[in-house]
Formats: sequence, C-alpha cells, structure tokens
Amino acid sequence: MRASSVFGLAGGTLALGLILGSAAYAQSPAPPDPWPSLVGDLFHDRPIQSGDGLITLDAPYRAEDAALVPMTLGFALPAGDARQMKKITLVIDQNPAPMAASFEIGANSGVTSIATRLRVNDYTNVHEVAELSDGNLYAVQKYVKAAGGCSAPAGKNLDEATAHLGEMRLREIAARPDTAGTPALREAQLMIRHPNNSGLQMDQVSHLYIPARYIDSLKVFQGDDLIFAMEGGISISEDPNFRFTYKPNGAKMMRVEARDSGGKQFKSEWPIGGEM
Amino acid sequence: MNVLLYLARTLFWFAMLSFAASAKEAEQSFPIKEIAPGIFAHEGAIALTSQANEGAIANIGFIVGDDAVAVIDTGGSVREGREFAAAIRRVTNKPIRYVINTHVHPDHLFGNAAFDSPDVTFVGHANLPRALAARGAFYLSSFRRMLGDELIQEVRIIPPTLTVADETTLDLGNRQLVLKAWPPAHTDCDLTVLDNKTGTLFSGDLVFLHHVPIVDGSVLGFLRLADALAAIPARQVVPGHGPLAADWPQALEAERTYLAGLVKDLRGMIKAGEGLGTAAKEAGQSERAKWQLFDDYNPRNATAGFAELEWE
Repeated sequence: MRASSVFGLAGGTLALGLILGSAAYAQSPAPPDPWPSLVGDLFHDRPIQSGDGLITLDAPYRAEDAALVPMTLGFALPAGDARQMKKITLVIDQNPAPMAASFEIGANSGVTSIATRLRVNDYTNVHEVAELSDGNLYAVQKYVKAAGGCSAPAGKNLDEATAHLGEMRLREIAARPDTAGTPALREAQLMIRHPNNSGLQMDQVSHLYIPARYIDSLKVFQGDDLIFAMEGGISISEDPNFRFTYKPNGAKMMRVEARDSGGKQFKSEWPIGGEM
Repeated sequence: MNVLLYLARTLFWFAMLSFAASAKEAEQSFPIKEIAPGIFAHEGAIALTSQANEGAIANIGFIVGDDAVAVIDTGGSVREGREFAAAIRRVTNKPIRYVINTHVHPDHLFGNAAFDSPDVTFVGHANLPRALAARGAFYLSSFRRMLGDELIQEVRIIPPTLTVADETTLDLGNRQLVLKAWPPAHTDCDLTVLDNKTGTLFSGDLVFLHHVPIVDGSVLGFLRLADALAAIPARQVVPGHGPLAADWPQALEAERTYLAGLVKDLRGMIKAGEGLGTAAKEAGQSERAKWQLFDDYNPRNATAGFAELEWE
C-alpha cells in the first residue's frame, strides 16, 4: 500500500505542479533540477554512491516516441563481491510521476538485466538506483531528450489496449551468439495488454479528470522462486513489456501475477525451458 | 500650390503603391491555390514545426459552396489560422459554417482558435475529443519549445461538437462533402473529406508525399487502409503533407511501399529476437533516400510499429 501511494501521490502532486509550473517555465528555460528533492522523497536522503562498474543504464539520447522509450537496466556484481542485488529503482526526473518502477530482484534469481519501455514527457535525467543486500545505494544516470513533433506520451490505439486488457504473453528468447558465453542464463520477454493510463488528462466534455489505471504490481516466478517483482506507475508505457535474463532453477513453469490500480488481478503461467 | 499638389500626389501614389505591395505581400506570405473550382489549399512547408515557420507545415484548405464555406484543418498556430482566414476572405465573403479537423496533431488544428465563433461548427472523428483530452495539455506544453511563448500562448484546444463515427455528408449549398471516419491508421482519429462535385479528396495525414509518413496509430492499420482508400472515387488528393494536388489513387503508392517495407523489416527483427532499440536504428532504412525528414520520423515509426507487431 505504501509503495502504491508513493506512485499515486507523486503522480497527482507533480501533475498539478506541471500545470501550475507551465507559466513559470516560459521565463526559465531550464527548470530546477528535481533530483535532490527526489532523493529525499524516494530514498529518504540516504547517501547514494556512484554505480559505475556495478550497474548500467541503456537509454537513447533522444526519445524517438514519447510513449515508448526503450531502457535497459543492467546489474552484475563483479566476481568475488558476495553481496546480492536487492532492488533496482528507475526514476525519470522530469516526468509527472518520476518514480517509474522499482524492481525487487529475487534471491538467487540471477537476474542481470531488465529491459522495459517508458513514457518520457520532457528533456530529463533518468536515474537507475540499485540497493544492495548490505543496504548501500548506487546510482547511474542518463540524459534523454524529449521526442519532437506530434509525438505524445499518451496511447496510440486506446480501444485496442482496452479491448485486450490483461492479456499476457511470454516469449523465451533463444540464446544469441553474443550471449553464448553465458549459457547458464536464459532470456525471456513478458508482455501485458494494459492501457497503463496516466489519468492526468481532463475530459474535454465532462471536465473531470480521467482516473488513472495502471499496473501497480507485478510478480514473476519460476516454479515457486521469485525472479523479480515490480511496483510501477504511469511512466511505464502502454502494454507493459519486460525482457529479462535470469538463471534457470530447473522449474518447468513460469508464473506471473499482476494487479492494476483498479484492483483487477491478472494471472498466467507458461511452460518454460523446452526446445526453442 | 504646385509644390503642395505635387507632394499630395506623390503621397497618394506612394500610399497606393505600398497598399498594393502589402496586399501582394499578404498573398505571397500565405499563398493559396485553387486546385479545382471552388476548392483552395495552402501547401505547408516540409519541415519540423518552428517559430520561424509558425507551424505552417501541413496542407490546409477550404471548399466554397453556394451558401457556405468549409475549412479543412486550420494550421499549426493561431497566427497561421488568422493568415489563412484572411486568405479565405480574399476569395469569398460567404460564411464559414464548418471547420473540419482531419486528426489530433497540432500542425493541423492549433489554428482552430482563429475560426472560433458561434456560427462555426467544429467537426472531427468520433475519437477526436478523447484524443484531445489525452494529448491536448501535453501538446500545449511540448510545442512551447518549438513555437515559442508568443505563438503558443494564444493556442486553444477546441474539440469538435459534430463528430463522425462512420460517414456524414455536409451540404454547403449545391455541394456535398462526404466525411469518412477511419479505423486506427495514421492516428486513431483520421477523417477524410471528399468533394463529390470535383472528385477532390482531402486525405489529412492518411496520405504523405515526399514527407516520410508518420505512424501514430497503427502501422498495420495504415498499411491495410491503403486498399480501402484507393477505392474512394476521387480524381485528385490534397495530401496532409506534400505537393498540391496529386493524382488519385497513384498518390498512395510511395507510402504503401514504405509501410510494407517497414512492416517486413520489423517482423523479421521480432522473429530474430532483436530489441526495440535495434529496430529503431535499423528498420525501414532501405527507403531513406526516398523521403524528406526520414531521420526525424522513421525511428519513431519503427519504435511504434515494433511494439504493435510484437502482438501479432
């Protein structure tokens, strides 16, 4: 509950800030850096060290489509480091809801990367913050230029996303030549049909705000072992999509439990590890 | 006396000359072309929206009937909309009864406020009010950077009060316009206008010429729509972007080839397990030399298309 209220409140408060702030924006082309206050709000002002060498964030310098910006979170502890990766948080500093997602990494899941797609509203820094099992925080950042022209972070085909709400697919990605060196890892992609609606828009006819509806909780298991769990907000793109590497534990099934902010539950499972 | 007369005459002629010059300048600064009897259009620049071009990058037009005028898209700023309205007034004094918006994009409807009056009915696709609700506030904020404070501050989002779910006919007096709402293609609120009398089609951004097509609805929908569009009994088309006017349905061919190539590339990449970032860089590149603004929009089309085709 606590976490989902963080996503919700951040969305509401900052949306208001965005609207109120648009007049001020005209005079000041460079908006103030929100990161220091985000560190306070999201990480309770705990010290954050440089994550160079521990974690990577792959994001395009220019967002091509404001509604679909691919980002890959990479995290692999160097050999000999006995700590475990506990939690990875993705923050899009200038978005109406900056806290895009936080991923709890399953113990011994061997997850080394998660790729997903984000909405990016403005020119912004993006931060990836890792919390290790010893409680230390590490961050890396990337700057992403907003998409130009008529691109918008809203959905493109709202009827389609809504008509198939909650439909899920899992795809196992065959090992490719560049990952052949680590055959112990597998790669999979999870797709969920959901508008992940931001709810920040006012309906032109009723003048009421459309309620937000988005996937706020997601858990992925192999057998009974957690691979990762996500708490997410409206910065995750329509039809949330996660591609991740993990260490197989021999389980024959992968299982997903998701829930949206309207309280609707979505569950599915698939056989894994067969011939690809 | 003679000196005064001379001065007065000089002033008179100077005034007349500058009046003529400014009228000519106004015409040239916002040229319109009569592409069929009673049908006029302004050709937008093939460019990205900027303060310098006042957002005048889309083709916009108007159709004059015996009783009234219908405006088809209003341009990318209220300033462009006003220049367009003045150009209309140089042609006809008949009342503007309808302003038809072909879809949600700012370069086509940020000029709406220049036409706002109790006598004018704004017309759009049944999905246009929803699309404006979802995107309007964002566009006002994001286009500030491109248009500048002065141009953006007078823009107002004006949703249609007459919406088209399938097909509607508007009568301008001895002139019927057939408005057709399409399933998701360029956007999820594309509307075309056909003038039966002259066989002139205003396609909005369902047709791009020279300017690389933009996919902001459904790449498959866009590709599949080409056949249905080709069946429209038109003689010529005013594309959303590109030269006025083009032969119909030949004008669809270049766009169809582009979209088909993009879909083929994306399907191959999805099958091969490539990621979205790779697709954005590589898909559709074989068409690069054929289109303007290719690097501005093709990666975006590839991105959106990839996410859509993954669900096939």
